[in-house]
Amino acid sequence: MSEWLVVAAIVLAGASGVAGLLGGRGGAAGERIAALAMFAAGGCGLVAGFAGLLGGEPGLLQAAWPVPGGRFALQVDPLSALFVVQISLIAPLGSLYGLGYWAQRDHPENGARLRASYGLVVAGMLLLVVARNAVLFLVGWELMALAAFLTITTEDEQRAVREAGYLYLVATRFGTLCLFAMFGLLFAASGTLEFEGWSRAMRSPLADAVFVLALLGFGLKAGVMPLHVWLPGAHANAPSHVSALMSGVLIKMGIYGLARITSLYALPPPWWGHALVGLGVVSAVLGVAFALGQHDLKRLLAYHSVENIGIICIGLGVALLGRSLGRDDLVALGLAGALLHTWNHGLFKALLFLSAGSVLHATGTRDLDRLGGLSRQMPSTALAFLVGAVAICGLPPLNGLVSELLVYLGLFRLVGGESGRAWLAGALAAPALALVGALAIACFVKAFGTVFLGAPRSRATVGAHEAGASMLAPMGVLAACCFGIGLGAPLVVPLLGPAVASWSGAPLAVPLGQLAPLRSVAVASASILAACALLGAWLAARTRRAAGAVGTWDCGYAAPGPRMQYSSSSFADTLVRLFSWALRPEASELRLREAFPPPAAFRSHVPDTVLDRVLLPGFRAADRVLGWLRLLQRGSVHLYLLYVVATVVALLLWR
Amino acid sequence: MPIVHSVIHVGLVLVLPPLLLGVINKTKALFAGRVGPPWLQAYYDLLKLLRKGSVFSRTTTWVFRAGPVVALVTGLFAALLLPLGGHAAPFGFEGDFVVLVYALGLGRFFTVAAALDTGSAFEGKGGAREVTFSCLAEPALFLGLLVLARASGSLSLGGMLGPEVLGAWASDGAPLAAVLVSLMVVLLVENSRIPFDDPNTHLELTMIHEVMVLDHGGPALGLIHYAAAVKLFVFAALVVGVAVPLGTADPWLAWLGFTAALLALAVVVGVIESIMARLRLLQVPTLLVAACLLSAFGIVLLAREWT
Repeated sequence: MSEWLVVAAIVLAGASGVAGLLGGRGGAAGERIAALAMFAAGGCGLVAGFAGLLGGEPGLLQAAWPVPGGRFALQVDPLSALFVVQISLIAPLGSLYGLGYWAQRDHPENGARLRASYGLVVAGMLLLVVARNAVLFLVGWELMALAAFLTITTEDEQRAVREAGYLYLVATRFGTLCLFAMFGLLFAASGTLEFEGWSRAMRSPLADAVFVLALLGFGLKAGVMPLHVWLPGAHANAPSHVSALMSGVLIKMGIYGLARITSLYALPPPWWGHALVGLGVVSAVLGVAFALGQHDLKRLLAYHSVENIGIICIGLGVALLGRSLGRDDLVALGLAGALLHTWNHGLFKALLFLSAGSVLHATGTRDLDRLGGLSRQMPSTALAFLVGAVAICGLPPLNGLVSELLVYLGLFRLVGGESGRAWLAGALAAPALALVGALAIACFVKAFGTVFLGAPRSRATVGAHEAGASMLAPMGVLAACCFGIGLGAPLVVPLLGPAVASWSGAPLAVPLGQLAPLRSVAVASASILAACALLGAWLAARTRRAAGAVGTWDCGYAAPGPRMQYSSSSFADTLVRLFSWALRPEASELRLREAFPPPAAFRSHVPDTVLDRVLLPGFRAADRVLGWLRLLQRGSVHLYLLYVVATVVALLLWR
Repeated sequence: MPIVHSVIHVGLVLVLPPLLLGVINKTKALFAGRVGPPWLQAYYDLLKLLRKGSVFSRTTTWVFRAGPVVALVTGLFAALLLPLGGHAAPFGFEGDFVVLVYALGLGRFFTVAAALDTGSAFEGKGGAREVTFSCLAEPALFLGLLVLARASGSLSLGGMLGPEVLGAWASDGAPLAAVLVSLMVVLLVENSRIPFDDPNTHLELTMIHEVMVLDHGGPALGLIHYAAAVKLFVFAALVVGVAVPLGTADPWLAWLGFTAALLALAVVVGVIESIMARLRLLQVPTLLVAACLLSAFGIVLLAREWT
């Protein structure tokens, strides 16, 4: 039943943009039909997903498919269902937001194309998470990856957008190449391309190679540092609801792939878990450090995706280590933490990207240092961003705390219990996670403060207006979900139990509700929230007759101006310097040379170290070295025929 | 009986914190050869501030008023998670230390956001320093907690700071000593004490915590001062829990011993403030990294037994 519902969702989502493509450029009917179809798809997906999470034995939907090695096999097992739910919730909200954000009448030239490709991305993702055949999986994967290229390059008249799009295309091609190799190895080990055929524990020397290829292929999609190079540009330059979908859902497909492939191995070597924890720590710490250095709001959010993928990888690594050590508690805590964080990050990151999109829509700029004081003109958007910011920092009373607590508990148990050498991973990752939490607070206070608080820093905010209802409603739903998981943890987290059990291949020895203090955390969150409300009401009543309409005191300084405020760059300056060994910030030099110095300008910038200092120079060097090979390739058919003749003659002579 | 102890716990948390400030200031006055303010001066200040009117800058929004509220609530909440003097906390569970640190993080988030809400360069500067130094203090704190978790075999503060610590001192004295020093550094930096920050200075450019709250006045400022005292109490109780592990043989004596240890710690903080100068801001990260390394050594010392 739920398989058919997912098929319906795939068809509805994939076809959602067709009406818009067929219709004229000006009509608004196409966009409404697309949003409606997306909501219908989301409804089907949600029902199917929750049925898969709660239901018993999942059914397998099969059909023959005349493709070599291919077979039409779909299944909604609990692990797939988790991702189906996530896709089906966020994709319709994004398309509703798009009605206001990218209205057809404002963007007649590319609106229809954007909606069509958006639907294809969603269809591809739904297909790949339920596919049970390698060829079908790759079809879904490629549909998602290529349609995502089209959505990223919506504004392809801009140079930055084109560059981000091509970079994404190169990266995703490389990732797919790795996946082809990985499935090839699995085929070599088992003789089949069906997922079922792999579900026996495969003990072959190829297992390590499969894991490395999965790490490359899926890690590239997920944006694990140092494979994240495509991510910041693509997220920053896509329309904001597409960024929300990509950051909230699309990169999680890499996590799904990693979870699916690692579930095949009953006894993974310990180095798998160590590798994932190590990569997770690097991604989390450097992701948030790079985010601190950004002054483009959407780029900042994009680097936070790298950070959160790191936290998810730490959880997955703990689960793998638990499996290697034969400790069920570590498996349950690590995997539940990783999967819940996958959900959570989807919710709050989509919320943050949507509210950032409203800011961009209202002011026309993503530059933090040109914004400020927007919470007056856009109070609801400011509140939405604040909820997302508190949630992503893992602070009570919201959802981020629950998943981070699960991961922390896994790490502390790794150090505390009998775990041989694996304690080192816990001893490294727990303080790193604390560092990440503190850095995330620094970064989001900076982002929230410079955009919404204080005084406007430029004229960009003059005409700013609150977002429309179709843009605010999705943000409201996402914020409510953040509160729901934070305050309702004892109800939500046990939903993950079947997924954890299906990953580990055995029912949970101890239910998740007993492994982690879910009830206590929910009580803690609720009491903090209630106490803040009470005390806040008291203070508001107490200060009702406050003297207003005075300037900031500022120690009595007579003429403070908005340009004297701390900017996002100055706020993060000390931290960026502490991390300068990795960030390598660039700043123009300012030096006073004479008594009456002329006007001066100052710029600072944090480039992506991996992309701008390693990969691009490396490619350029390779281009120079290998350039002489072009001598052979002249583009002349005669010459190529000559090569063929020469080769044949050489072969004849040699034999 | 446990109800009585919970009531005492809540009472101590609500009443005692400003006294710590009084003890610190008396100690400093003693070193300077002054009489100093009365022991209860902090209470008088609070009462005076709560009675006053308020002035709010036209730049500010509701976030400015939320800062003090959230800071106080999260501080009090954290104090309820800590076991005091060997008595179990009123609210304790596995992993409560994570919730404690993240609750304080929520308070920091809103305090700094309130500072940025004024649109003043001074307060932005204070906020930037606050979040920067916390970034280095938090790994040190978690490394310390890792050592305590391993040494006491427990994943809740009730065990980490409970009677088990006494046994841990006997078997793993060196790691615990390292952690104690590291936690002391964390106490000083998180509460903006000398050598990291000077709570008495009136030169805005050098301050961290005080400069963030320059524009608050009246009841809001009262809440901030109270919240700062509660935060000092939380970290002091953490340090006392490690340094003076008290059993519950005589529960009433344990309360007395805990209070005495807490006040003694306040004297120690006062002595540190009297005999040290404030560090240059650029040297602060170095000291914090040293505190992290100290706790990391604690883990290595513990690990020597089980690899």
